[in-house]
Amino acid sequence: MQTSPRAEEHWRRTRNLMITSLVIWFIFSFGIHFFVGVLNQFVIGGFPLGFYMAAQGSLIVFVALIFWFAWKQNKIDEEYGMAEEE
Amino acid sequence: MAQQTGQDAFISNLGKIYGYYTGAFLGFVIVLAILEQLGVPGYVLGYMFVLLTIAVYAGIGYISRTAQVSEYYVAGRRVPAFYNGMATAADWMSAASFIGMAGSLYAQGYDGLAFILGWTGGYVLVAVLVAPYMRKFGAYTVPDFLAARYGGNFARFIGVIILVSCSFIYLMGQLTGTGLVASRLLGIPFEYGVFVGLLGILVCSMLGGMRAVTWTQVAQYIVLIIAYLIPVVILSTQKTGVPLPQIVYGSILQEITTLERTASYIAPFVGEAKGHTTPFWFRDPLNFFGLILCLMVGTASLPHVIMRFFTTPSVREARQSVGWSLLFIFILYFTAPAYAVFAKYEVFTNVLGKDISTLQAVAALPSWIFTYGKIGLVKICGANAASPEAVFAACQAVKDAAGNVTPVTVLSFNQFSIAPDTVVLATPEIAGLPYVIAGLVAAGGLAAALSTADGLLLAIANALSHDIYYKMLDPNAPTARRLIVARILLIFVALLAAYTAITLPQGILIFVSWAFSVAASGLFPALVLGVFWKRCTTAGAIAGMVAGFAICVFYMFGTEYYGMARWFQGTWISRQGLSNIASGVIGIPVAFIVTIVVSLLTKAPSKELQDFIDQIRIPKGGPVMSEAKPAIGH
Repeated sequence: MQTSPRAEEHWRRTRNLMITSLVIWFIFSFGIHFFVGVLNQFVIGGFPLGFYMAAQGSLIVFVALIFWFAWKQNKIDEEYGMAEEE
Repeated sequence: MAQQTGQDAFISNLGKIYGYYTGAFLGFVIVLAILEQLGVPGYVLGYMFVLLTIAVYAGIGYISRTAQVSEYYVAGRRVPAFYNGMATAADWMSAASFIGMAGSLYAQGYDGLAFILGWTGGYVLVAVLVAPYMRKFGAYTVPDFLAARYGGNFARFIGVIILVSCSFIYLMGQLTGTGLVASRLLGIPFEYGVFVGLLGILVCSMLGGMRAVTWTQVAQYIVLIIAYLIPVVILSTQKTGVPLPQIVYGSILQEITTLERTASYIAPFVGEAKGHTTPFWFRDPLNFFGLILCLMVGTASLPHVIMRFFTTPSVREARQSVGWSLLFIFILYFTAPAYAVFAKYEVFTNVLGKDISTLQAVAALPSWIFTYGKIGLVKICGANAASPEAVFAACQAVKDAAGNVTPVTVLSFNQFSIAPDTVVLATPEIAGLPYVIAGLVAAGGLAAALSTADGLLLAIANALSHDIYYKMLDPNAPTARRLIVARILLIFVALLAAYTAITLPQGILIFVSWAFSVAASGLFPALVLGVFWKRCTTAGAIAGMVAGFAICVFYMFGTEYYGMARWFQGTWISRQGLSNIASGVIGIPVAFIVTIVVSLLTKAPSKELQDFIDQIRIPKGGPVMSEAKPAIGH
């Protein structure tokens, strides 16, 4: 199989989406939790914010992120004719 | 052909089938609740819960029996994304999640949340870096991929060693869990409990392989999630009037924080420094973030998780399926912090601070304390809370720091301890709920442990039968013989794991955490660089796998069994030193560095191999590897 410019462009977009997703993943896995002390000074609905982000907030982001990634990657595949045939 | 049509009818009716199943299960719980009111004793209800649920799982396993290789290994690649998500969730959530997690949060507060974050965020890595590419490749096992990408059977063999190591450690943890639950529910010794669990696992997986395990896991997910939610929803309604524990536990959290800082029987031992929401007193930042890293990277490397994504009909559905998996997992993990807080509030208000100066006062403590104290899971004044007399005697004999006898008259925080694994199992009794709810929770814990054990056992047996026997020892073996070998190995591995779990009882959580670090250090760089870095060579990947695996195991065994000091201890990096449940903090970077350096020092992979990687990177076109096609040359 020859690597066509089209396939290269498809892979470039795929990789960019991967990097974006991993940056968001890193922020909510590690980044914001470095600042738990600061965040805990804000209390919303009885929850100190730093505690809440580790207990529930980041989890919501992870679920949304995966569905968004799956949708976006599928759009890229279809745009470049790289999706599977039905 | 007739079987094919039957399969299709089954797939298109899944919603209906599992809808009826859920209704029937709820009906069963209601019938047992009525029987309890009519005076049927608790142990009978316990037997009914265990026998009926295991019979249902076994029934599904029997109906799904198969003699086709692709059905046995990858469920015919026909499992819709949504149901694969449910099966993955059950495969994933083990005894550690179901029984252990809320208890760890109860004991460790914020620092326990490393497990919550680590066991969810890893799915982002699965979706972005691993699942779609493995599905496109079209393997039966993870070592299949390693063999194709890294020049054949040597890489396959290293992969099998790592796979068997991490899955076997994990499997022992699950068997310990089934033993605990079965013995608690049936009132039999732990060893027998392990074998009851084993029987449940074998009947599910032996006849139908992946196909049977898939449909059993969906059924087990439904049981475990219902069992997890019901007690905490009731507890939340009792305390706050709102049946949404996940949302309303903030007000209870506030009350706990106030008690921690003001109550005379709690504040001196907890205060602000060790409060439920105070970070980094149980785990310092290196261990907290290190554990998150190991659990997340481990998620994306554990073969029993990855292989679930081999079963979807397409690459697109593999990606969506990761989303569904995490959503179903999320329902439990999103609830666990609330579970811990409600349980803690009960203990803070109904146990601690009570007068224990007389035998009569001690006898007035909630009765669940003595139920669990008898089996050593609740301790008061340093002794098992087996009876009011035992507690009273122990508290009268407490000595102060100078050695003088100073009887404890008010039950304080430091004189009371509950084993973390008990919190979830005991919550129904703590909340004063009928026994049927306790039975339901135990059945849920059993479902969680069995479903994970099914997946693990299958991962190990498949690696041995497919990778070692068929691919390495006898490539001409006929289908029937391959499946017989797979089944015999399944029984053999199961017995070995049960034997080891009985002879080496360890905490569930430590076994499970080790498995994550081993998988992460051994497999992650080879899997991810194999797809994303064409320059990665056979020598590089093999060196990286061996180095990562070796240093990870060395650190675990060295610090756990041979008295080696923890690394980084007392330096600016870490106060506590690196705990061995986060050994991957050393193993993962070592594996990456070795893989990259050795790859750069060796000759770049062939053009043919680079084309192979290009094919894996796009969803279009059929699976790269199929039964008929030979592995590509190098």
